[in-house]
Amino acid sequence: MLSRTAANLFWMGRHLERAETAARLLDVGARITLLPNTEEGYRNEWDSLLRASGASTAFAEHYGDEITQENIESWLFFDHANPSSVASCIERAREGGRIVRTALTSQVWDALNTAYQELRSLERRPRSQLDTAMLTDFTTRHGSTVRGAINATQLRNDGWHFLNLGYSLERADATARLLDVKYYVLLPQVEFVGSGLDNYQWQVILRALSAHRAFHWAYGGDVTAMKVADFLILNGESPRSLLTSLYEAVWHLDGLVRRYGEGVPATASVRAHETMKRLLARNIDEIFDEGLHEFLTWFISEVASISTAVHDDYLSGRM
Amino acid sequence: MMNCYNEMLEGDRVREPYAMLSEWIETMPVEIRQMKQAEAEALFRRIGITFAVYGEGGDPDRLIPFDMMPRVFLQAEWRRLERGIKQRARALNAFLRDVYGRAEIVRAGRIPARLVYQNDAYEKAMANFTPPRGVYSHIVGIDIVRTGRDEFYVLEDNCRTPSGVSYMLENREIMMRMFPALFRNNRIEPVDQYPELLRRTLVSVAPRKCEGPPTIVILTPGHYNSAYYEHSFLANLMGVELVEGSDLFVDGGFVYMRTTQGPKRVDVIYRRIDDQFLDPLCFRRDSMLGVPGLMDVYRSGGVSITSAPGAGVADDKAVYTFVPEMIRFYLGEEPILRNVQTWTLWKDEDYRYVMANLKDLVVKEVHGSGGYGMLIGPRASKAEIESFAERIKASPGNYIAQPTLALSTSPTFVNEGVAPRHVDLRPFCLCGDRIELVPGGLTRVALREGSLVVNSSQGGGVKDTWVLTE
Repeated sequence: MLSRTAANLFWMGRHLERAETAARLLDVGARITLLPNTEEGYRNEWDSLLRASGASTAFAEHYGDEITQENIESWLFFDHANPSSVASCIERAREGGRIVRTALTSQVWDALNTAYQELRSLERRPRSQLDTAMLTDFTTRHGSTVRGAINATQLRNDGWHFLNLGYSLERADATARLLDVKYYVLLPQVEFVGSGLDNYQWQVILRALSAHRAFHWAYGGDVTAMKVADFLILNGESPRSLLTSLYEAVWHLDGLVRRYGEGVPATASVRAHETMKRLLARNIDEIFDEGLHEFLTWFISEVASISTAVHDDYLSGRM
Repeated sequence: MMNCYNEMLEGDRVREPYAMLSEWIETMPVEIRQMKQAEAEALFRRIGITFAVYGEGGDPDRLIPFDMMPRVFLQAEWRRLERGIKQRARALNAFLRDVYGRAEIVRAGRIPARLVYQNDAYEKAMANFTPPRGVYSHIVGIDIVRTGRDEFYVLEDNCRTPSGVSYMLENREIMMRMFPALFRNNRIEPVDQYPELLRRTLVSVAPRKCEGPPTIVILTPGHYNSAYYEHSFLANLMGVELVEGSDLFVDGGFVYMRTTQGPKRVDVIYRRIDDQFLDPLCFRRDSMLGVPGLMDVYRSGGVSITSAPGAGVADDKAVYTFVPEMIRFYLGEEPILRNVQTWTLWKDEDYRYVMANLKDLVVKEVHGSGGYGMLIGPRASKAEIESFAERIKASPGNYIAQPTLALSTSPTFVNEGVAPRHVDLRPFCLCGDRIELVPGGLTRVALREGSLVVNSSQGGGVKDTWVLTE
């Protein structure tokens, strides 16, 4: 496969995952603005979510400090100035798909192109006709359709591995970043215990990762900081946990190593296995003892290194 | 209004090729037609059959209007066209072989040396080099118009990288999907073997140093190019990689593409970029689209480039006037398809005639394309004619003139129902070890009433083109 084709598939996966991340943030952000909190309170919440998407200052540049429902929607869904908005991500995923048309089945292309065409028609509709639920539904529905078409129709070849590597590394990164901006609420703090505030904060984290229902199925009982962190970091059943996301990346890298044999460097696979080993060597207590923020910083930089190694091994076109 | 040949009606009588369709039109209710038309457009958009126009604002994905009413040829009509097209493609390739070799046609005084050797499209780098099988132009697109039952004229030849074949294939796909009954009830020659024939043609011109089955790629300028859809469509149907210049590099006398498993050798490049961008070491130094060192590999038999650089010297509007002469000179045959009478304005006598008759003539720039830079005398205002005359006076050598042809019409769906609209035809002739032509082509139609300009950039649309079996 052409290195450029592989690179486009990899980034197509990343952008599709990123679009869904933006939609989830939109859902949470909108929910926060509905809460009867002090103005200062929800501003902080909102700001931390923006930081998770890596766009806090950019938002301020475009909208000042006016945090309204409409501004949130504009920024996270429609704004092409925000490279992580749903519109930006779908457009770039679709453009990437157009470039590698020959590597996609017609069903995948159809799903991707339909998402893009409907996005364009949404953009032409008056904003008064659109509500947040419709926008998040739009994103998850099309995300699922594309994902389903990929799973049902793509050949299980190297292209499929690159596409899924993009998805899984992006998801590992997104979960870790969201945890990192909110890590302080997971730390045991005497003054909040039992005040209801902490509980609500954890709910926000779970909701931002579409995990509030799954969490209860997996753990039951009270929501505690330790359980939330365990669910999102080390639980192999949780679909967006760091462990699950990394496991999928490792699986796809192994697939590439098997397929390509010894002539092709495998530094990404080695690196990912190493990270996996170190992740599995801890339990959640040890992670808290070590420092949650330090742990997450380490993990985020590991994901970046794996991504760079994927680029060096496969996408840069060795001569 | 000129008296034009109507391909459907002779007097009140419906001609044989359109007999079935005539009934189809009459029995289709307006609502169904509108619904089908909307369905066709949605299909084009969903499949992504658009041509991309960046940098003009608005929607970058434009649709070429698709007319559901097919254009139909009888088998006998097509056989004659086919012989004429193949004859012309053979002569054009013979001409290219000759002018990059011994130049006998020039020495024999049958074509002025100036038109060949001072032509911008002439490639010095090709002199004394013969590509595999002596083929220069592997895909020849010949634009044909009809003026009477048995009168066909060639409007121009395209020897470089003619586009539009994806529309020929997709128009058919969409028609078969929307109106299967039409295909059951008519015997229509298929066209979907084209990609396989193209692949076989490219395999047949593998370079000297290629051992084993050749690796073919299509070289595109990239996804911002207006014909990108066609490039990826053909790559997909042939099962070959679609590459950009940056995916290729030259090493040790061969061309390689960069893959996830390291370098892979490339043997045949079907390029859809212009000559001047192919190799920055040989042509334009600032080209970012090409591959440095490509021409050296080509000349030493390490790779084949289709169409060959310099093939364009056979297809400009000045050389065009000599194609009938080429057919006689190389093949010893009389041309089956006629050329349109052409006045070349660098000849004093022609210049005087044209300037005196601008209001009746079509004047074109020698190197222009896409329907731009031309004057259609009968449709132009006095002021337009005067200002165009000034441009001609400034450089007469840049222009040719032709009579305004009464282009035939084919029935076309319009708001009011069905009405005759002017059409042309571009078939795609493949030249490798054999010369192949699928029965069909791209019919372009001028959708505006009375308009003779079929270019998509100026309000033209496309139709499916049928050739009926016996």
